[in-house]
Amino acid sequence: MSLANQLDQIFVFLQHWIEGFFPQWLQPGVGALIAVIGIVATFPAIFAVTTVLERKGLGRIQNRLGPNRVGPLGILQPVADGIKSLTKEDIVPRSADGVVHFLAPVVLVVAIFLGYAVLPVGRNMVLMNMDAGLLFFFAIGASTELSIFMAGWSSRNKYSLLGALRAVAQMISYEVPLLLSSVVAVMMTGSLSTVKIVEAQGGFTGIFPHWYVFTPWGFAGFILFVIAALAETNRSPFDLPEGESELVAGYFTEYSGFKFALFFLGEYLGMLSIAGFAITLFLGGWGAPFSFLGFMPSWAWFFLKLFAAIFFFIWLRGTLPRLRQDQLMNFAWKFMLPMTLLNLLVAGAWRFLGDGWSRWVICSLVLLFAYVLLGRVLMRHQHLGPRSYRYAE
Amino acid sequence: MIFGFSLTFLLTATLTVAGALAAAMLRNLVHCALSLTVTFGGLALLYLQLGAQFAGFSQILVYIGAVAILVVFAILLTRGAGIPEYRGFSTSWFFGLVIASAVFALLTWSVVRSLPASAATAAPSVTVQSIGASLMSTYVLPLEIVAVVLTVALIGAVIVAMPESRAPKSEAESSGAK
Repeated sequence: MSLANQLDQIFVFLQHWIEGFFPQWLQPGVGALIAVIGIVATFPAIFAVTTVLERKGLGRIQNRLGPNRVGPLGILQPVADGIKSLTKEDIVPRSADGVVHFLAPVVLVVAIFLGYAVLPVGRNMVLMNMDAGLLFFFAIGASTELSIFMAGWSSRNKYSLLGALRAVAQMISYEVPLLLSSVVAVMMTGSLSTVKIVEAQGGFTGIFPHWYVFTPWGFAGFILFVIAALAETNRSPFDLPEGESELVAGYFTEYSGFKFALFFLGEYLGMLSIAGFAITLFLGGWGAPFSFLGFMPSWAWFFLKLFAAIFFFIWLRGTLPRLRQDQLMNFAWKFMLPMTLLNLLVAGAWRFLGDGWSRWVICSLVLLFAYVLLGRVLMRHQHLGPRSYRYAE
Repeated sequence: MIFGFSLTFLLTATLTVAGALAAAMLRNLVHCALSLTVTFGGLALLYLQLGAQFAGFSQILVYIGAVAILVVFAILLTRGAGIPEYRGFSTSWFFGLVIASAVFALLTWSVVRSLPASAATAAPSVTVQSIGASLMSTYVLPLEIVAVVLTVALIGAVIVAMPESRAPKSEAESSGAK
């Protein structure tokens, strides 16, 4: 076995090596436990790195320094933040609903961690290769909405409740395009298994890979998926649920100490997992971007792509202003939904037009035409200018 | 194995029944809705134990992701969810008990009747792909009918939510300005 192959499978070997110390009947359980520990250790570590990268990156975009006091260049800032949130007092409002208030962050983090079970982070590196893996991810993702509602309602605070209602409405609205835009990848693969979706994008033409994003329907699906993913994770420009100028901090206004840190963790882990699924569905998962780069281990490619996605999210957050609630809903139902439905049709047409260049032209033209037409029609009645308020000056 | 049931089954069954009981007995409506969600989750776990991945995940996606949210929104939008002001038991609990036990007996009877004479030895292997194939071939007509019904419901909801007509809207705006 070559060195590159060994490096590729190093974590799998490690898992089998540790399993070898246990009796036969314990081995499956121990193997699963090791994989779970790997996930629970890796992704929060990436979250810690992401927080400092985000603050540094936003600082750069906003022409300031960002955190630079703790450790060299401020890279130990997450450690300080973690210690701070562990030692802070946990304040629960007197009228809050104690049990629900406590359960909400726990349910959120547990549900988001469960989503990682079907995320393939490298060749042979997935916790569960389920037949319905993608469906599992979306089902688990849908149950985070309830924990957000629990947080907002149990706090007995109008800002919390309004933030929770906004968040839930937004997540439900954008869940539809999120699901529908990922269906094209499932249609082309013929399987809901995340491993099979990655393997179907494995080959190369010349030096270029067969990623779904390099087809008309895949490109449209990828863009729609990323927009819906941003809204689903309450990231800017869709961060209305936490609009600090209107709602203090949204649904976690009344949370402090480590429960607040759990919400923070859940939000970033949700972003990482949904970025991981965007990579899995459209960007070839752990596949190398060029055929001559195949010597690098597969997990390295996955995490490189993940950091690229994080960079993109930070860049967007520093660039775009926040949407208004009606713009948000109009965008979801009048633009995203028709485009995803059309993309499904285009993907079907792609499948039945056969090989050749004609399907490239037809599918691209249909999507481009729909995009321009929809944009024109929706913008026709938009009055761009100062907004008049009915109940405020 | 306890009483011929596996430990996992007993745990999930207890969870499901406890959630259902809590949903019926708790005083606060939002608590009831949240415990109903526990029941939905327990049912999904029961499906998963039977090897029905698609049914289990669909249960989570539809019931926890959508129906529970709908219930909670309905409670919040129709009445104040703050003060528990509802009695746990209604005055006509006796008739309720009779009806509930009659429904339960009927369901049990029909389930027992529908069991095959000899229990199937090998569990049928149902993949998501085979479910999709049969939905698109054998059951395509029911699927389409359900789709039409859902679309009609969606359009109906939009029509209910729409303002009555364009003309009175400006009137409402002018009255709001006063």
